[in-house]
Amino acid sequence: MTDNVTGSSPPARSTGRRRGDGIFRSMTTGSSLVIVVSIGLIGLFLLIQAVPSLQANTINFFTSAEWSTGDVGNLAFGIRDLLVVTVLSSLLALAIAMPIAMGIALFLTHYLPPKIAQPFAYVIDLLAAVPSIVFGLWGAKVLGPSLEPIATFLNENLSWIPLFSDGNVSLSGGGNIFTAGIVLAIMILPIITAVSREVFRQTPAMQIEGALALGATRWEMIRTTVLPFGRSGYIAGSMLGLGRALGETVAVLIILRSASSSSTFSFFDGGYTFASKIASAAPEFSEPLSTGAYIAAGLVLFVFTFAVNALARYIAGRGKAKAS
Amino acid sequence: MAKRFDIKDLNIYYGKFHAVSSVNLAVPPRNVTAFIGPSGCGKSTVLRSLNRMHEVAPGARVEGKVLLDGEDIYASTVDPVEVRRTIGMVFQRPNPFPTMSIRDNVVAGLKLAGVKNKKKLDEVAERSLRGANLWNEVKDRLDRPGGGLSGGQQQRLCIARAIAVQPDVLLMDEPCSALDPISTLAIEDLITELKKDFTIVIVTHNMQQAARVSDQTAFFNLLGVGQPGQLIEVDDTEKIFSNPSQKATEDYISGRFG
Amino acid sequence: MTAVLTDPNRPAQAPAFQKISTARQIKNRLATVLTGLTFLVAVIPLVWLLYTVISNGYEALLNGDWWFKSLKGVLPEQFTGGVYHALYGSIVQALVCALIAVPIGILTAIYLVEYGNNGRFARITTFMVDILSGVPSIVAALFVFALWVTTFGLETSAFAVSLALVLLMLPVVVRSTEEMLRLVPDELREASYALGVPKWKTIVKIVLPTALSGIVTGVMLATARVMGETAPVLVLVGYSRSINFDVFDGNMASLPLLIYNELLNPEPAGQLRVWGAALTLILLIMFFNLVATVISRFSAIKTK
Repeated sequence: MTDNVTGSSPPARSTGRRRGDGIFRSMTTGSSLVIVVSIGLIGLFLLIQAVPSLQANTINFFTSAEWSTGDVGNLAFGIRDLLVVTVLSSLLALAIAMPIAMGIALFLTHYLPPKIAQPFAYVIDLLAAVPSIVFGLWGAKVLGPSLEPIATFLNENLSWIPLFSDGNVSLSGGGNIFTAGIVLAIMILPIITAVSREVFRQTPAMQIEGALALGATRWEMIRTTVLPFGRSGYIAGSMLGLGRALGETVAVLIILRSASSSSTFSFFDGGYTFASKIASAAPEFSEPLSTGAYIAAGLVLFVFTFAVNALARYIAGRGKAKAS
Repeated sequence: MAKRFDIKDLNIYYGKFHAVSSVNLAVPPRNVTAFIGPSGCGKSTVLRSLNRMHEVAPGARVEGKVLLDGEDIYASTVDPVEVRRTIGMVFQRPNPFPTMSIRDNVVAGLKLAGVKNKKKLDEVAERSLRGANLWNEVKDRLDRPGGGLSGGQQQRLCIARAIAVQPDVLLMDEPCSALDPISTLAIEDLITELKKDFTIVIVTHNMQQAARVSDQTAFFNLLGVGQPGQLIEVDDTEKIFSNPSQKATEDYISGRFG
Repeated sequence: MTAVLTDPNRPAQAPAFQKISTARQIKNRLATVLTGLTFLVAVIPLVWLLYTVISNGYEALLNGDWWFKSLKGVLPEQFTGGVYHALYGSIVQALVCALIAVPIGILTAIYLVEYGNNGRFARITTFMVDILSGVPSIVAALFVFALWVTTFGLETSAFAVSLALVLLMLPVVVRSTEEMLRLVPDELREASYALGVPKWKTIVKIVLPTALSGIVTGVMLATARVMGETAPVLVLVGYSRSINFDVFDGNMASLPLLIYNELLNPEPAGQLRVWGAALTLILLIMFFNLVATVISRFSAIKTK
C-alpha cells in the first residue's frame, strides 16, 4: 500500500483516536511541567527576595548570632544560633530515635509473627498521625515539666560535658533543646521505623535460612544477615528522619523558650531553630527587606534539608545497587 | 470477515538487538497456523508483530511488510489501534479485567469504543460467550467478577472478549500453557470451531497441540545465542509432522533437538 | 575432627543435639528483650500523649456548642463557644488543596508510569517531586509567601494556605499513585490494546479503575497529613474568632491556628479550648486515616 504512504488521508476514526491520545498525553506532560516549572520559579523568587536583604545586612550572615530586622536601615542578622539550635535538637532526636527505631523494626519484622505484627505496626503509624502542634502542646505542657528532674540531674552531675553545661534559659518547665530533641525523636520515629521495616523485611529468605541452618540463634542470624542487608536502608531512613527534624516548626516553636543571651552549645539552651524563627516572625512579614532576612534563613534551611535528603537517596540507591 | 496475512521479509529489532530475521510467510484465511520452535526463537515476537503489540515495549521496531488482505499494517497512515481492533489477541495467561463483571469483560472492547446500546451489548455478550463455549457455565452469574472463574474459564472469557469486537484475525500466544489438560482440550475444540469464522495464528510449545489443531505449521529456530530467530520451514501440518524437508525441523519434532 | 574425638571433656555418650553456649543464649535473649522494650518505649509517649489530650479535652467536646458555634464574642475566660469556624477552615483548606493537588498529582504519576519511559523529562520530574517531598512545611509556606504576597502583591488568605499545602501534598499523591499504577499488571494493558482500545482510554478505563482504591487511600492519607500542618497557617493567613466562608479573602481560623492562638490565653477556659481543639484535630485526622484504611482493606488490587 505505497499509496497510503504517499499521503492518502487515513480513516477518520483513527485521527479522532490519535487526537484523544495526544490530548491526554499533553495533559499528563503538562502536569509534570507545572511541578517542574513552579518549583524552579519559586526557588528563583526566593533568591531574588533574599539577595537585597543579604546585601543590606551589616553583619556576617553565617557567623553572627544577632538577629535584628526591625530597623530596615540597619539590618543585622546572622544564623549562627539558629544553626546551632537546629543541629543540636535534630542530632539529639536522631541519636535517640535511631536505636529505638531499629529495635522496633527488628521486633516487627523478625520477632513477632506477621499476623500480630500488623496491628503493632499500626500503633507506630498512629504516632505519625498525631499533628505536630499536638506534639508541641504535649511537649511544652506535660513532657517538659516531667523531664525537669532528669535535666537537672544531668546538668548537676555531667556539667563538665559541654552539652550538659548550664544553658541560656532556666531549667524549670523544660523549655530547652533537651525536651525539644526528645519530642522530635518521637516525631521522627515512625518514618525511620517504616523505612527500616521495609528493608529488613526484604532480607533474602535464602540468607536467613542459610544462617539458621548453620545453627545461628535468632540474634546471630539478624546480626549476620538482616543488619548488613538492611544497613543502607536503615541509614537512609534515618537521614529522612533527620530531614524532618531539621524542618519541624511548630512543635519546636511551642517548646523552646526564647533566650536573651546567645547559645552556649548546651542541650539546656533555649532559642530558635530556622523553622521556628521564621514561624515566630510571620505576623511581621510586611517590610520586604526584613522579610528577605527570614527568606534567606529559609533558603539555608532548604539547602540543608535538601542535602540531607539527597544523601538519604544516595545511600538508599547505593544499597539497592549492591543488593541486586 | 476472515482475512489473509502475507508477511514479507519481516525483521524485528529491540533497540540494537536483532530478534527475528527475514520471515516470509503466508497465512490463508479460515485456517489455523501454528508457530512452533524452541524457547527464545522469536515465534511469540513474530506473533506480537502481527498486530503491532510488540510496539508496547520501548525501542521495538520492524522492517519489512505485514499485509492484511494486501494492506500494510505498518504503513505510516495506519493507526496501531486500528490494527489491533481488526486483529485480536489472546494471551498466555488469562487476563480478565479485575474491576469488571463477566459481562463487562466480554463487551469491554465495544464499550470502550463507545457502544452504549444495552440491548446490543447483551446480545454481543451472549453471542461471544456462546462462541467461546462459555455461555452455559456463566449465564447465571454474568454480573460476578471475571476473576472468580477457573483458569480455563478465564481463558475462554478472554477469547470471548477478543471475538466480541469481531476481529478478522485471532492471534493466540500459547493460550493453553497455563491451563490443565481438560481446559486445554476445551480450548482446542473451540479453536477448531472458531476456524470457521476467523483466521487463526497460534503459538504453542506443545507439538501435539500444533498437530491437533493446525492446518499449517511454521517452525522457528535459533541458530545460536545472540543470533536472530529464523523461520526454518512452513508447510502443511501433516507434512511437517510426517516428512519435514529440513533436518532441524525433524530433529525438533522427534525430540532430538539440542 | 580427631581433636574433638580425643577431647577428654567430651562425655562418652554425646547428647543428641549440640548445646549452644550460655553466652550465646544470653545474648539472644537479651536481644529479644531489648527489641521488645524499644517497642514499649515508643508506645509510652503515644499513650501518654493521647491520654493527656483526651483527659484534658474531652469535656470541651461534650458541649453541643463545640461543634456548631464559633468563638465570636466569647471572652477569654468564658467556657462557651466552639470550634465550628476552625473546623470549617481546616476542612476547607485541605479540600481546596486536594482539589488542586490530586488532579496534578495523578496526571503526573500517569505521565511518569505510562508515558515517561524513564526519559530525561521524567527523571527531572521525579527529581523535583523528590525535592518537594523533603521541603519542610515552613519553607513551603515561605515559598508561597514569596510568590503570592511579595511577588504578586496579593493578600494572605486561606487560599494561600491551600497553595502551600499543595506543595506538601503533591509528592505524597504522586508517589502513592505512581506506586499503585506500577502494581497494575502489564497484561491488563496489553489485553486492552489487543482489543483495539487506544492508550488514553486504556489508562482511564482499565488502569485507573484497577488502581483506584490504592490511589484513593493515598489521597486520603495525604489529606489527613496536610490537615495537621501548622506552619503554613501561621505564615499565610490571619486568625479569626468567627466564621469566614470566603477562601480568597480575609482571616480564617483552622484547628492548629486556634490552638496556637488560644495557647496565649492563660484562663482555664482557654486551656480547655486548646486541648479540646487538639483532640478534635486528632479525631479529624484519625477519621481520614480510618477511611483510607477501610478503603484499602476492602478493595486491594487484585494482581491475580
